[in-house]
Amino acid sequence: MKFLSQLISGISLGSIYSLIALGYTMVYGIAKMLNFAHGDVIMIGAFVVYTACVTAGLPAVVGVLIAIVFCTLLGVTIERFAYKPLRQATSLAVLITAIGVSYLLQNLALLIFGSDTKQFSSVVSLSAVTLADGQLTISGETIVTIIVSVIIMVSLYLFVNKTKPGKAMQAVSEDKGAAQLMGINVNGTIALTFAIGSGLAAIAGALLCSAYPALSPYTGAMPGIKAFVAAVFGGIGSIPGAMIGGIVLGIIENLSKGYISSQLSDAIVFAVLIIVLLVKPTGIMGKKINEKV
Amino acid sequence: MDRKNNSPLEKKSSSLRPTTKKNLITYAMVIFFFVLFQTLSATGNLKHAHKALLVPVCTSIIMAISLNLVVGVLGELSLGHAGFMCIGAFCGSFFSVLMKDVITTTWIRLTLAFIVAAVAAAVAGILIGIPVLRLKGDYLAIVTLAFGEIIKTVVNTLYIGKDANGFHIAMSTANLGLEPDGKIILNGPQGISGTPKNSTFVIGFILVMITLFIVTNLMDSRTGRAIMSIRDNRIAAESVGIDITKYKLLVFTISAAIAGCAGVLYSHNLSSLTATTNNFGYNMSIMILVYVVLGGLGNIRGSIIAATVLYALPELLRGLKDYRMLIYAIILIVMMIVNNGSYFVQLRERLSIKLKSGKNKKEVA
Amino acid sequence: MALLEVKNLGITFGGLHAVDNFNLTLEKGDLYGLIGPNGAGKTTVFNLLTGVYKPTTGTFYLDGHELKGKKPAEINKAGIARTFQNIRLFKNLSVLDNVKVGLHNEMKYSTFEGIFRLPRYFSTEKKMNARAMELLDVFDLSENADTLASNLPYGKQRKLEIARAIATQPKLLLLDEPAAGMNPNETKELMETIHFVRDNFELTVLVIEHDMNLVAGICEQITVLNFGTELAKGKTEDVLKNPEVIKAYLGE
Repeated sequence: MKFLSQLISGISLGSIYSLIALGYTMVYGIAKMLNFAHGDVIMIGAFVVYTACVTAGLPAVVGVLIAIVFCTLLGVTIERFAYKPLRQATSLAVLITAIGVSYLLQNLALLIFGSDTKQFSSVVSLSAVTLADGQLTISGETIVTIIVSVIIMVSLYLFVNKTKPGKAMQAVSEDKGAAQLMGINVNGTIALTFAIGSGLAAIAGALLCSAYPALSPYTGAMPGIKAFVAAVFGGIGSIPGAMIGGIVLGIIENLSKGYISSQLSDAIVFAVLIIVLLVKPTGIMGKKINEKV
Repeated sequence: MDRKNNSPLEKKSSSLRPTTKKNLITYAMVIFFFVLFQTLSATGNLKHAHKALLVPVCTSIIMAISLNLVVGVLGELSLGHAGFMCIGAFCGSFFSVLMKDVITTTWIRLTLAFIVAAVAAAVAGILIGIPVLRLKGDYLAIVTLAFGEIIKTVVNTLYIGKDANGFHIAMSTANLGLEPDGKIILNGPQGISGTPKNSTFVIGFILVMITLFIVTNLMDSRTGRAIMSIRDNRIAAESVGIDITKYKLLVFTISAAIAGCAGVLYSHNLSSLTATTNNFGYNMSIMILVYVVLGGLGNIRGSIIAATVLYALPELLRGLKDYRMLIYAIILIVMMIVNNGSYFVQLRERLSIKLKSGKNKKEVA
Repeated sequence: MALLEVKNLGITFGGLHAVDNFNLTLEKGDLYGLIGPNGAGKTTVFNLLTGVYKPTTGTFYLDGHELKGKKPAEINKAGIARTFQNIRLFKNLSVLDNVKVGLHNEMKYSTFEGIFRLPRYFSTEKKMNARAMELLDVFDLSENADTLASNLPYGKQRKLEIARAIATQPKLLLLDEPAAGMNPNETKELMETIHFVRDNFELTVLVIEHDMNLVAGICEQITVLNFGTELAKGKTEDVLKNPEVIKAYLGE
């Protein structure tokens, strides 16, 4: 039973990683950049929920909706002012700019909310479910996280593959120049990608802080890095890869916490990543890159 | 081959080559600032808070130069450079704490600590170098980041003590099984305490000069050319017989060894050493990468300047209290956009064309 | 014994036979042409001979040593050097340093000797500089020795690539469209240079070229490739008259 409960909470944590990893992977696919500030958008999203629900006393659903809108706008703004001027620059220049944005968001939060850790109140009101004569308890947060993630992943998959803007996103990620020649609004599509990624980050932030209710300006950093690992793990640029990568990562982390050592769990997660990349150098679902000579 | 022999190389043989001249200016700059700050410090013209910056600035310079070797000269992105520094810091401190009563001459003990740390970090560099050979670009970057985090995490869970029976290694104090006379040297998340505070500005300066010597001479040699050829065009480098594997491993090893020495400089400047996200985690690795990129890829003098200015900047902005890191972040973003943004790049090109044509007109007149 | 012996060489990419059953024998000192329409697999042959691709079938020998499956660097050390269709120079290195990278395996000193500036560093660097300048002289590039490779005009970049390849002391030199983008005067000059290096450096040259003037002007024998297979081979003037070849180039 311990194994099952560890597994379920691993899937729950992994779903959150997946939501964040989707943001990384979509942005990478389309703009070929590692958006290091993505983890901090999660933190901002959680702070918006906190302000709306705890400080202003609004209902949880309203708080989350406000956070989604806020982060979507934030994502588009960041893209417009920090990344768009660097469209032609080297990927390293964009990476450093993203790091700058990450510092900026962290320090803005630090100024507004202070450095002390806030007690986040869960946005989930569902009570825990007890199964198998009380041997297995699944928290409401876990259930909601898994359900919400499944809904989001399915709709995102449908959006990307079945709708016109979704197909435009695929086209831009395949070849920007050709997409432009085919009449696709490249800048608009990139902005849309950032909007979706950041909106997902807000949801991830709310779910993350509901499950682990400690919120500080640095809350987003570690989950951000791990989701980034998850995205690479699954093959960066691949949407199904990010989903699988996130969930696998969550399971590995939780199982190693439960059975090996809670302090070493991060090291184990990273070690598994390295082994996977040694076997499959472009991740589980990544495309093989061939250089033309 | 009986052709005219008026090569520019022959003409210049009497004066200095451009690379040599560039390197000499860098040495002169470092020496000048060393003498300046040493004098200010000796005459009591340096505030205590600023004096405390001298050794850490040397550490950042050495880290930036060694990372530039990987990112700027070899052309591989590494996000785990602080991991090597971490290994060097802990191995060096471990050695010094252990040998405090055995080797009492400070400079001998410290020199040995540097050697121990360099070797340990170099071994880690080889370990990281192996996956490097299989991976490219962002995948490589994430693996180096993972390595750095693993090192930091493992250091935080290790306990090492010594008693009459020798060394004991465990994952908790209770499991160490030390005799009553034994002492814990590495104490899990509490790290190592009691490292002798041997790092001085002079030692930092000497280490910067040694690093500078090794890296600039390496770049201006047969090996350096091979490394840069891999950066510029891997396929062409292979086609002229350059062994990619060998040189990538070599760069990772040398760079790691230098970072390990920087770690010793860092740890011997503190009385208690712990591994956190900010000193040995990805935050630090990224900070150093920022120095390297802003200083210019492959530009060693640029790395030195960027590391000094950017390390000192938050301290100098201390008057602005809570706003200082915010301003730092904004400066970073604005600098990147001004340096690399297509609008500003075009603006500079237009300006330089105007300036050139202006000059030409003058010459004609 | 033949210098280069290629037997049944072939490679498939996802079911497509990019090159199939390619045979070639080059004697020492040959100046041989490889022609064919776009996509015929000419560059793929070069990539197979230099170890960039591993052949699916067949093998090849240089001076009797089998080189199939060897890495590009090993093949270069064995004596095959090449240039690239899309120029691949070391852009941020000077023209002189580009050639000196080519001398990497010819003139050696250790990394340690380099860092600590031991006597062998100075003596070897001096020899390297002299040799590199000699090569640059052949290609009229000595004036540009200190220029960054990326700042060279196009025609000179092509020449520099050849100089760099020759610096590795190859027995066999593979030139991939050396005249691409050159005007008729430059092409004529290039033809003379190719003859000159073949004779002076005792090279065997295999050249891919679209410019029929250049092919007819310097290649004694040629092979025509079409859709990855050999269409014709033999003396240049005979092959160029072959109706099959004309059809492949001009269509029906």
